[in-house]
Amino acid sequence: MSAAVTRGRGTRPGRLRRLAGRVGLYASVLVLISPAAFVFLWMLSLALKNEVDNMAFPPVFIPHGPTFANFVKVFAENDFLSYTINSVVVSFSATAAALVIGVPAGYGIAKAKAMRAAALILIARITPGLSFIIPLFLMFQWFGMLGTLTPLVITHLVITVPLVVWIMIGFFEGLPGELEEAALVDGATIWQAFRHVALPLARPGITVATILAFIFSWNNFLFGIVLAGRTTRTLPVAVYNVLTFEQISWGPLAAAALVVTAPVLLLTLLMQKEIVAGLTAGGVKGG
Amino acid sequence: MSATTAAAVGLARRRANYARRYWVFAVPAAVVVVAVIIFPWLFTVFMSLHEWDPSHGLSWVGLSNYATLLSDTRFGWAVLRTLYFSVLSVGAPLILGVAAAVCFNQRFPLRGVARTIFILPMMATPVAIALVWSMMFHPQLGVLNYILTSLGLPPSTWTYAANTVIPTLAMVETWQWTPLVMLIVLGGLASLPQDPYEAARIDGASGWQSFRHITLPLLWPFIIVAAVIRTIDALKSFDVIYVITQGGPGTASETMNIFLYQEAFAYYKLGYASAVTLVFFALIVVISLVMLKLRQREKWQ
Repeated sequence: MSAAVTRGRGTRPGRLRRLAGRVGLYASVLVLISPAAFVFLWMLSLALKNEVDNMAFPPVFIPHGPTFANFVKVFAENDFLSYTINSVVVSFSATAAALVIGVPAGYGIAKAKAMRAAALILIARITPGLSFIIPLFLMFQWFGMLGTLTPLVITHLVITVPLVVWIMIGFFEGLPGELEEAALVDGATIWQAFRHVALPLARPGITVATILAFIFSWNNFLFGIVLAGRTTRTLPVAVYNVLTFEQISWGPLAAAALVVTAPVLLLTLLMQKEIVAGLTAGGVKGG
Repeated sequence: MSATTAAAVGLARRRANYARRYWVFAVPAAVVVVAVIIFPWLFTVFMSLHEWDPSHGLSWVGLSNYATLLSDTRFGWAVLRTLYFSVLSVGAPLILGVAAAVCFNQRFPLRGVARTIFILPMMATPVAIALVWSMMFHPQLGVLNYILTSLGLPPSTWTYAANTVIPTLAMVETWQWTPLVMLIVLGGLASLPQDPYEAARIDGASGWQSFRHITLPLLWPFIIVAAVIRTIDALKSFDVIYVITQGGPGTASETMNIFLYQEAFAYYKLGYASAVTLVFFALIVVISLVMLKLRQREKWQ
């Protein structure tokens, strides 16, 4: 008994300090994540409340009997279904095209150690989006392509292609080259070495590139607002239009915002490990 | 001896040959990059020397767009506002991002969940979150003023007054992009050697001292990279500002990108807007290079 007391007394300051450190850490983490959590929970709350609750002051935090009326209203009055289809078509096409041309390019640049080509990709990252869109807008107009989804898919390549190439360069550089060299010695062509040796090994990298390219294409607003006509709006543009027409009606607005961003949030929650890996690599190398 | 040299030369030549052949892989991407990235750059230079209107098409005006730019006070104010906005939305995310990275570098239960929640703002669709923020900023019915007044603080005018609009937008930008700084710095923390910390602990350094004198200097390259990326993105920021204020009230939050958008797609002054784009791009490049030079000098010391 006395031995236990002495031992306890001996380590008490250290244990207290460690406890204080733990409490401090938990408190800091709570402070750091609560603004993020609050905004998304508030979006959910606005989307599920009726108009009376949304206009109440002091604000109502937990909906009294959640309602899906806002979502129904958004889809009924704004043709959101066709905008969703537009977004899906544009983002899937731009991502698929970027993978088909970007993955081999990343391999080629990594193998040829063509760092100047990589630098070009970086300059594309620096350039303001609007400086691509003015010339492309004029081109599309001259070719009479405005009013279709094609210009949107083409401009989204500005986002997806550099991203895929950049992530794949980093990924292929990290792969050991011995297996492909062995294949080449055995008489495989460089295409076969790429297709049957490097490509299967690169699957995790391709996953990361696919997720990030899709998310950034899905989120894009600038190209859509310049190029999209009435029938070719993507979801972010459509939501922005709900804002301009329904300034005061918060429920449908929040519901629309939630519809647009829900796929991305779900993807982030499900694939957080891949996304963090991709962003860390891309971000660190981005300098 | 000479045989092995010959073999080595042959091997080197074969390698070089391969290197050249690997270019084939990049051809499709190169075509796309030329079409959607390089061609627009060159075309922008061409356009900046012209005037364009829908009925008459293009007409050559030489450098007059640039001359107009120099005397355009609205452009001058937009540049200053952009710099003000950028200083705030680089500084705050850097400080908070480093702090967050230090927290997320420790082990604690539910760390994965907390980190996922923390990075949600940067992945979410900017238009969607901008909408939610704009509803929270409402001066009478907004939840933010409710929170402020319940804490006994005076309500803010947020995006509804000229003197608070830029800091408010920088706050949203900070909320959105601190996670990216955190991820970059977290990547840096993971690569730090452990020995200096043990030495410091043996010498009796406190937690803050070892952070200040070991962690921070070692992290410096990562912090600079984060700062450069953040600066580029802050200068280019568009979605959140456009959705929340469209440059208002008045022109109080009209940054360069908003100004550029208005000139190009509200007034369709595409020639003038092209000149603005090139000056804007030059500004971004110069600022990034200066910051990278700072990094170089940091290395020398």
